[in-house]
Amino acid sequence: MENKKVLKGGEFILIESKASDTFIPEEFNEEQKMISDMCGDFLDKEVLPFLDKIDTTEPGLMKSLINKSGELGLLGISVPEEYGGFGQSFVTSMIASDILGAGYSYAVAYSAHTGIGTLPILYYGTEEQKQKYLPKLASGEFAGAYCLTEPNAGSDANSGKTRAVLSADGTKYILNGQKMWITNGGFADVLTVFAKIDNDKILSAFIVERNFPGVSFNPEEKKMGIKGSSTVQIFFNDCEVPVENLLGKRGEGFRIALNILHIGRIKLGANVLGAGRRAIMHSVNYANERKQFGAFLSNFGAIKYKLAEQSIRQFVAEAAVYRTSKYVDDKIKMYMADGMPKIQAYIEALGEYAMEAAILKVYGSETLDYIADEALQIHGGMGFSAEMPVERAYRDSRINRIFEGTNEINRLVACDMFLKQAKKADSEIFTLSKKIYEQLGTVENIVPTATDYFGKKHFYLGNLKKACVLMLGKAYEAVGKQYSSEQEIMMAISDMLIQLYVAESVVLRVEKLENLKSSEEYIIYKDICDVFVYEASAKIYKSAIDALNSFASGDEFVKIQNGIRGFTTIEPVNIKEARRRVAGKLIEDNDYKF
Amino acid sequence: MKILVCISHVPDTTTKIKFINNNTALDTAGVQWIINPWDELALTRALDIKDAQAGAIESVTVINVGLVETEPTIRKALAIGADKAIRVNLEPKDSFVIATQLAEVIKKDNFDIILCGIEAADGNGSSVGGMLSEMLDIPSVSATTFLDIENGQVKLQREIDGGHEVIATQTPFIAIVQKGICKEPRIPSMRGIMGARSKPLQVIEPVTADSLTELVNYEYPKSKAACRKVDAENVKELVQLLHEEAKVI
Ligand SMILES: Cc1cc2nc3c(=O)[nH]c(=O)nc-3n(C[C@H](O)[C@H](O)[C@H](O)COP(=O)(O)OP(=O)(O)OC[C@H]3O[C@@H](n4cnc5c(N)ncnc54)[C@H](O)[C@@H]3O)c2cc1C
Repeated sequence: MENKKVLKGGEFILIESKASDTFIPEEFNEEQKMISDMCGDFLDKEVLPFLDKIDTTEPGLMKSLINKSGELGLLGISVPEEYGGFGQSFVTSMIASDILGAGYSYAVAYSAHTGIGTLPILYYGTEEQKQKYLPKLASGEFAGAYCLTEPNAGSDANSGKTRAVLSADGTKYILNGQKMWITNGGFADVLTVFAKIDNDKILSAFIVERNFPGVSFNPEEKKMGIKGSSTVQIFFNDCEVPVENLLGKRGEGFRIALNILHIGRIKLGANVLGAGRRAIMHSVNYANERKQFGAFLSNFGAIKYKLAEQSIRQFVAEAAVYRTSKYVDDKIKMYMADGMPKIQAYIEALGEYAMEAAILKVYGSETLDYIADEALQIHGGMGFSAEMPVERAYRDSRINRIFEGTNEINRLVACDMFLKQAKKADSEIFTLSKKIYEQLGTVENIVPTATDYFGKKHFYLGNLKKACVLMLGKAYEAVGKQYSSEQEIMMAISDMLIQLYVAESVVLRVEKLENLKSSEEYIIYKDICDVFVYEASAKIYKSAIDALNSFASGDEFVKIQNGIRGFTTIEPVNIKEARRRVAGKLIEDNDYKF
Repeated sequence: MKILVCISHVPDTTTKIKFINNNTALDTAGVQWIINPWDELALTRALDIKDAQAGAIESVTVINVGLVETEPTIRKALAIGADKAIRVNLEPKDSFVIATQLAEVIKKDNFDIILCGIEAADGNGSSVGGMLSEMLDIPSVSATTFLDIENGQVKLQREIDGGHEVIATQTPFIAIVQKGICKEPRIPSMRGIMGARSKPLQVIEPVTADSLTELVNYEYPKSKAACRKVDAENVKELVQLLHEEAKVI
């Protein structure tokens, strides 16, 4: 591999990323475009015409969609060829998650099957386990599910009470316990079940087949959204699991669970993209059709604002997801070039970007919630009618902030990783924070050194990075070891990191687009960039001051507040006109075609 | 038997059409290219027949007259399931030129069944199939909505006013296909997509042929007049407008 530097996890806070090193969705290759079209065609043909029926959880229907996805090869994209898959890159698997994400409940079933349902066996299975289960999971003959959550163990996943004891003859584990909220549980053939062996403090993982003795299932949960996605409780009563079905080593289950969640999070970041694009399409279609006061809704500034904001946040989320996905691929290649086995390289690479994965999960799910909420609002009363697709979009969006680690847990993860990074012996974060603090008040903080458009944008991003480092250092100085119980401060710092990462991602995407768009069109992409950097700066200011108000006072408060104000000051932009131009493109195309 | 499907590379049907160079050329910036939808149906039918005839169909080949930028579209056809592809390296300016190139290839390589879409979604010329039949001196069936081989016998149906004709023919022949020829276009599978690059795509140089037509310029359709609404109570006004303005009654 060429000697391109691959950014380390969390390093974006310290280093200026280059557009030329950044992958953008406009660079999909021919096969990736075909795969994207294939996924869209599959939804159009097999899923979207049947949404009402799917939402009744008609027995057999979702399983048949999983079978059909398997026939097309959609379930084996990230499964290596030796196990019946296609061994495609991480980016390619994210493209499928993105496009199929527009499939409402089907998207959840697909994502759970190919992610948390298949990957534990792929990453941690023995050769025999892989040979036995992966080809069938990749073909859709088997559906997969992941059983971690219990009635009393949700966010605190390691506190589960499900137990396993070795049978007297040493050939089986006997499982007892209860799992809850299990996606695809209604029809899954293969379950990855987490349980503690004997009196272990840490989880182990087991591969349990649906028809093993002692497994039983509750009926489908009645849910607010993703009604067609199967969600059930599963009971294990003296369930007999052959010893060879222990997944990974004894006590390795919690690590497996966490590593799988890293992937689940980043995949969720892709999944919400497809759903967002579809909700935007419905929004603009309606705004272009509905007349009030003699004009189409899309003529009103207040509606244009919403349409623009939907599109901008969608565009930003796409930029961040594909930027990160390519880092994962590059990292995998790098590790493999260093002689690491393929599977281990995957696990390590995904672990490396745990902070980014948490950021994508939070930003993506909140972006989709914003898009779906405004989509409904644009429809007015009709949006509240169960006849309209946006009503389903709104209900189905909400779950994304809850599963794969709630957004609170993910915010804590992001901030925690930042702190861990700072505490490393060779880290310069705390020294840097002190230096930034000492230099506060100097003019060069606010006046860009560059004069060109992107030079200035990178200067602002550099300032936002300083704000993050300064706040982490100062907060840690103030609250020290109590840091983890000061969640309000951690949340605020996390919000700063989230805005920083996605703002930088969109700047890099737009910078790279310069040669791919006509100069006339390019104005609109710069508008997206301008509006978002403006928004992110304002949000970062607010979060920083929220944190600051929680620990600082007096002169120190004033000094830091002024500093943060400087770091988040950007030159004026006419955001009204910029948003109107962005909305204008959406309205003219009558679809999200950015 | 060997089947040949002629495919053209056209802008996605949802493309916003813009012209440049004094309205003499399509602005291709940002355009997504696809297999002409009717050709895609023809290809699907060809593959369905091949699957159903277990061994009787030796191969399904796709052919396109176009420059190198059409190759992704050709590979899409390979991903959908065609066995091989031919590209005649020429910018497809007019129907006569295209038909001449196709005829040349067909003469050399004996295809038994030749399928074309009824029109292309870009120029909507609807003339290549007919020209080809004349040049090759073989039968052609237009607006074909059904094609099958039963006990080695080719059976077709074509649309006519108020019904359809049932036709039998010998090979070789050309079927110019209309919607209805197959249910839905095939979605390529992962296997198809990943295998497309390893299937043969032969590029051949064109023979000389002069265009018989010259494109003067394109014009946009006249924008539709705004819809006039008449109050439901006011039947009299409606009748008057239909009579005097619309002049339809
Ligand atoms: C539709 C659906 C499908 C699901 N699919 C699966 C599946 O396939 N497999 C599976 O194993 N699980 C699944 N889950 C479970 C899901 O992952 C959990 O619901 C989630 O992790 C939260 O756990 P909980 O519901 O117990 O909430 P709790 O953990 O009780 O959380 C309640 C609230 O408290 C907050 N909170 C909790 N701990 C902290 C803390 N330390 N600091 C700050 N705030 C905190 C949470 O953020 C949340 O707002 C699914 C859930 C649903 C609803």
